[in-house]
Amino acid sequence: MSASDWSEAAHAALARAGVGLLAHVPDAGLARLIERCTADPAIRVVGLADEREGPALLAGAWLGGTRGVLACQSSGVGNLVNMLGLAAVGRFPLVLIVTMRGEWGEENPWQVPMGRAVPTVLDAMGVRLFSLERTEEAGAVLDGALGLAFGSEQMVAVLVRQRLSGAKRFRVSGAGSGGSR
Amino acid sequence: MSADLDRRELVARLVARRGAALFLAGLGSPAWDLAAAGDHPQHFYLWGGMGGAFAMGLGLALARPDRRVVVLTGDGEALMGLASLATIATQRAANLALLVLDNAAYGETGGQPTATAAGVDLAEMARSAGFPATFRLERPEAIDAALTLLLDRPGPVLVQARVDRRPQPLVLPPKDAVLQKLRLRTALGLDRSPP
Repeated sequence: MSASDWSEAAHAALARAGVGLLAHVPDAGLARLIERCTADPAIRVVGLADEREGPALLAGAWLGGTRGVLACQSSGVGNLVNMLGLAAVGRFPLVLIVTMRGEWGEENPWQVPMGRAVPTVLDAMGVRLFSLERTEEAGAVLDGALGLAFGSEQMVAVLVRQRLSGAKRFRVSGAGSGGSR
Repeated sequence: MSADLDRRELVARLVARRGAALFLAGLGSPAWDLAAAGDHPQHFYLWGGMGGAFAMGLGLALARPDRRVVVLTGDGEALMGLASLATIATQRAANLALLVLDNAAYGETGGQPTATAAGVDLAEMARSAGFPATFRLERPEAIDAALTLLLDRPGPVLVQARVDRRPQPLVLPPKDAVLQKLRLRTALGLDRSPP
């Protein structure tokens, strides 16, 4: 499925930028990126219990000389908002890769409110937004976001639009039960 | 009921054995305690980001496995960051130690009781998460053993120290996080030529 190809380009961009740490709370749309980073011996993958740990973890890693990124689902952005203040006040580079829910063919209404609020909330906290909608742009968008974050000590978020990552399907019974994507 | 410990004396004795260790203080009284022990480039003090001290310590510990990293924080801050006990245990950060200065109260906001006042045992929580070493420090005679645990034993380590609530002189650390960041990175050999 072409929807997952952006992960390959994103992983290559992380490698080009010298990223050594991927922190994440998983999402179906992030599964392949997490797999690729796990298979890369140069990247340590840290599964978090709560997205709020992410900005603090990345700030600590930067203090020690490691470049990290945080990947999470749009609902997770709501969990980490106050911790963005640490990155802002310390001018710590911060890279979020956010797979969006609630915006394109969403079948779970509980995903809609936070998904809708993500751009406004991140903008209000001073995070620069990049939108990733097409697979062929993934490398360039990630390069631009990572370059700004690490080169100018900025907070950036790459919003992986749900049109690209795919809407999760819910099947109550039968072979398609659960529907993973 | 044991006599509670003097937090300033405990932190001063810890810092006196600093060596190459890096110290990260959570917001509020633990930051003032660390500042009172003497400011240093190997210190970083949080003035916000409540609930993030454990995770920040983990990030630093993973980035610098050659250094001991000690997080000092309060019981209220620790309770807000409990999820990180699971993350830290999962990462098996052997060079990370957590010291919770537990006065069973939110000291900066009027002394309201925290969950530890009702008996919540942070050391037991860390043990059940998988920390190889945890300790409840409640008597002055045990301080040396606790400091050895914090500074020398394979971690992750958590020490929950029951400290008293006597008012202490306010000693403020640097407020500027950029300044703190640059001086710590410089102490680690990064950012040799600040722009």
